[in-house]
Amino acid sequence: MESEQKKPAARRLVKLFFSMLYISAFTFGGGFVIVTLMKRKFVDELHWMTEEEMLDIAAMAQSSPGAIAVNAANLVGWRVGGFAGMLTSVIATIIPPMAILTVISIFYAAFASNPYVSQALRGMQAGVAAVILDVVCGLGIKEFHSHSALRLCILGAAFIAAFVLDVNVIYIILATALVGVISALAARKRGGAK
Amino acid sequence: MTANLWQLFLSFMQVGMFSIGGGYAAMPFIRSQVVSLHGWLTMSEFTDLVTIAEMTPGPIAVNAATFVGNRLAGFTGAIVATMGCILPSCLIVSLLAYLYRKYRQMDMLQNVLTCLRPAVVALIASAGLEILRQVIWPGGVISLSEVDVIGLVMAVAAFIVLRWRKWNPILVMLLCGAARLGIGLIIG
Repeated sequence: MESEQKKPAARRLVKLFFSMLYISAFTFGGGFVIVTLMKRKFVDELHWMTEEEMLDIAAMAQSSPGAIAVNAANLVGWRVGGFAGMLTSVIATIIPPMAILTVISIFYAAFASNPYVSQALRGMQAGVAAVILDVVCGLGIKEFHSHSALRLCILGAAFIAAFVLDVNVIYIILATALVGVISALAARKRGGAK
Repeated sequence: MTANLWQLFLSFMQVGMFSIGGGYAAMPFIRSQVVSLHGWLTMSEFTDLVTIAEMTPGPIAVNAATFVGNRLAGFTGAIVATMGCILPSCLIVSLLAYLYRKYRQMDMLQNVLTCLRPAVVALIASAGLEILRQVIWPGGVISLSEVDVIGLVMAVAAFIVLRWRKWNPILVMLLCGAARLGIGLIIG
C-alpha cells in the first residue's frame, strides 16, 4: 500500500512544515479559525489523523495557557512526527507573524511620526477599542446566562481588582485558579457524602 | 543589555504561562508587563500594537513579543521574547497531552477552567476599557474638557455596527482609520 504513512519521516516533516507555514501566514482572526484550517488540511486532505483526534487537540489547545494556534501546532506536530514534528510545526507557525511584525517594527517609528499615518492609526484605535468591547460583551453575556453565582462573583471581583485596584493580573488568575480547586474539592466531597 | 534580554524573556514567559483561553486573553498580561511594570511601550504605542496585531496574521502574544523584542534589542530581542512566550505553553501542552492520553478525564482541570473563564472575561474588559480611555482622553488627563469628541463618536459608532449589524471587525477598523484621516485632512 502506497499510503502517506510509508513516506519517509523527513518528507512528512517537510510537508508538515510548509502546511503549517501556509496556514499560519493566511490566518486572520485568531485561534479558532486556525484550528478549522488545520482540520481541513490534516484530517480531510492528508488523512494524517481522525476528526475526533483533531477535536481533542482543539479542546486541549484552548484550555492550555498560551496562544491557541501555537498549542494546536504543538499537538498536531507531536501526533504527526513526535518531538521533531512538534518543533517543526511550532517553528513553522511562528515564522510568518515574526517576519511580518519584524518588518513593521522596523518601520514603526517612521510610520507613526508621519501625520497621515498617525491620524489613521488614531482612528483605528477607536475601532480596536470597539472590537474588543464587542468581544467582551459577547463573552460577558454568556457568563450571565450561566446563572452561576460563583462565576458572576468571580467576574465582578476580577474586574474590580484589575480595573479599579490595578492588581497585577497574574495574582488575579492565580487566586481564581485557587477558587476553582477549592470548589472542585467541595463538589467532590458533597458528591462523596451522598 | 544582557539583563534587558533576560528580563524580556521572563516577562513574555509570564505572558505565555498565564494567558489562558486564546485570542484576547493575552492582552491584559502583555499590557501589565510591557506598559505598567516595565514601561517598554507607552499606552498609545501599546494600542497601536494591538491594532497592528489585529490586522496581521498570528497570535497577539507572538506579535507583541516580536514587536517589543525588536524595539528593545533588535532581532535577537524578538527571538528571545518569542521563545519566552511559547516555551511555557510548549511544555505544559506536551505534558497535558501525555496526561490526557493516560487519564482521559480531568474534572479538576475542567472545574478550574470554568472558574477561570469569567476572570479572563473581566481582564479583557479591563484592558479594553484602558484602550477606550486612551481613545477618549489621548492626552492622559481625564476631564470633561479634554474629551476627544471625534474618537468618542467613532468608537460608539463602531461598537454599534459591530454589535447589532455584525460588520467585519477588520473592515470596521479600516473605516475608522480612513474616517479619521479624512476628518484630519478637512479640518487641517
